[in-house]
Amino acid sequence: MELDRLAAAEPNPVSIALTVNGVERRLDVPPTVTLLDLLRERLDLTGAKKGCDQGQCGACTVLVNGRRVNACLQLAVMNDGAEITTIEGVGQPDALHPLQEAFIAHDAFQCGYCTPGQICSALGMMSEGHAKTAAEIRELMSGNLCRCGAYGNIVDAIEDVMGRSAFKEAAE
Amino acid sequence: MMNFSYTRAETVADAIAAVAADPGARFIAGGTNLVDLMKYDVMKPERLVDITRLPLREIEATDAGGLRIGALVPNSDLAYDARIQRDYPLLASAILAGASAQLRNAATTGGNLLQRTRCYYFYDVATPCNKREPGSGCAAKTGVNRVNAILGTSEACIATHPSDMCVALAALEASVHVEGPNGPRVVPFAEFHRLPGDAPQNDNTLAHGEMVVAVELPAPRFGRNHTYLKLRDRLSYAFALVSVAAALDMDGDVIVDARIALGGVAHKPWRVTDSEALLKGKPATPDSFGAAADAILSGATGYGGNDFKIELARRAVVRALAQAVAGEPQVQSDKSVN
Repeated sequence: MELDRLAAAEPNPVSIALTVNGVERRLDVPPTVTLLDLLRERLDLTGAKKGCDQGQCGACTVLVNGRRVNACLQLAVMNDGAEITTIEGVGQPDALHPLQEAFIAHDAFQCGYCTPGQICSALGMMSEGHAKTAAEIRELMSGNLCRCGAYGNIVDAIEDVMGRSAFKEAAE
Repeated sequence: MMNFSYTRAETVADAIAAVAADPGARFIAGGTNLVDLMKYDVMKPERLVDITRLPLREIEATDAGGLRIGALVPNSDLAYDARIQRDYPLLASAILAGASAQLRNAATTGGNLLQRTRCYYFYDVATPCNKREPGSGCAAKTGVNRVNAILGTSEACIATHPSDMCVALAALEASVHVEGPNGPRVVPFAEFHRLPGDAPQNDNTLAHGEMVVAVELPAPRFGRNHTYLKLRDRLSYAFALVSVAAALDMDGDVIVDARIALGGVAHKPWRVTDSEALLKGKPATPDSFGAAADAILSGATGYGGNDFKIELARRAVVRALAQAVAGEPQVQSDKSVN
């Protein structure tokens, strides 16, 4: 009986509901579609980037239920019911998030391609609360590559925001 | 990516039945390795059974004084769990030496055991690989084999198991709880993964339809004298060329008991109990460390590009034992090696 129920599942597509940057979305998605492709191609949220598409560069980093993950390695159908935050949900051009301001102030990018992933990853890292030193920030941000080599300034920007009291309290 | 059908399992029994009934079906949890392999057509499952909704997310105390870790506990949650940090710091350190924070958030305990090799030729579908396509040959043996195995290899395969976590689990003598079409069983960690032999397509001893449901740790030991030393081509977010999990029971300057497991050198975490026995009752000196290192690397063979691993591993064992004796485990954020 249970086997029959499982075998009856339709191969394509699957109906899912996601909350993306606070907005509920109901979508029919083929199982092969990654969360990254869904965000970029279906929802026109092109902030998260497709760099390597194999979990090695971190440019696709988004928050799923508050945790940072590589959207390129997530099947969208497996995230049914999840809350997704992309860079578009972090700040707005006229109301930047403190991390976005700090990246600008510290010149923490050149081309900017990795930046949405860097900022989502840094947000995730701050809420995890395990980075206390610059060395720990470097280690826990190692999943985000920057081919322009802005690492030193990226660490400075994150350290700057983490040093502000509001974020210290939030992390504690 | 090849098309596949998708099923979300509600119970362990449902999931096992669905996979057991279909030779083309696979379980999927974190997906950090399987989705990647599917994009490259290295793996082409016809059906994925999503097990992420199953109730396998607890870390529970056992009657034996250890912990039972549900198969779906994410790697990051396991590494930062207060009981793991306090009682099994070797395991926490090994997990945090692997992958990136994003991957550790998604990857599960069971999936870490089941990840496939990162041998370049396994990933490159344009080349022969006996693990990917049994009988097609091994391109690594005469190719670019810098990352490949030096111990326990076969004519058919020189791939390594890529996990850091599993190296610590081998040293700690964990056991793997499995459920399948023929019921549950418990597999000692040393018998979970296998050497390639003439069937390198089988990474481990699971039958089709069997699922890892938990990993059990025995009562804590080695709380003070341990280290996980990982050597790789860059300081973070790279697979081990060689890694060493070392754990010692000490009485003053004398070694009472020892565990040594190597990563990055074989098709499974590499332990040689005879090498550990050499340390028992011995003073903690460079000579005794060297003798143990020679014993664990007995029979090591290079394939050209990976010849360097033999001496690197020998020195890494000696260094790791010195760190463990000193009670100064390798720090995974500050990468200077003491």
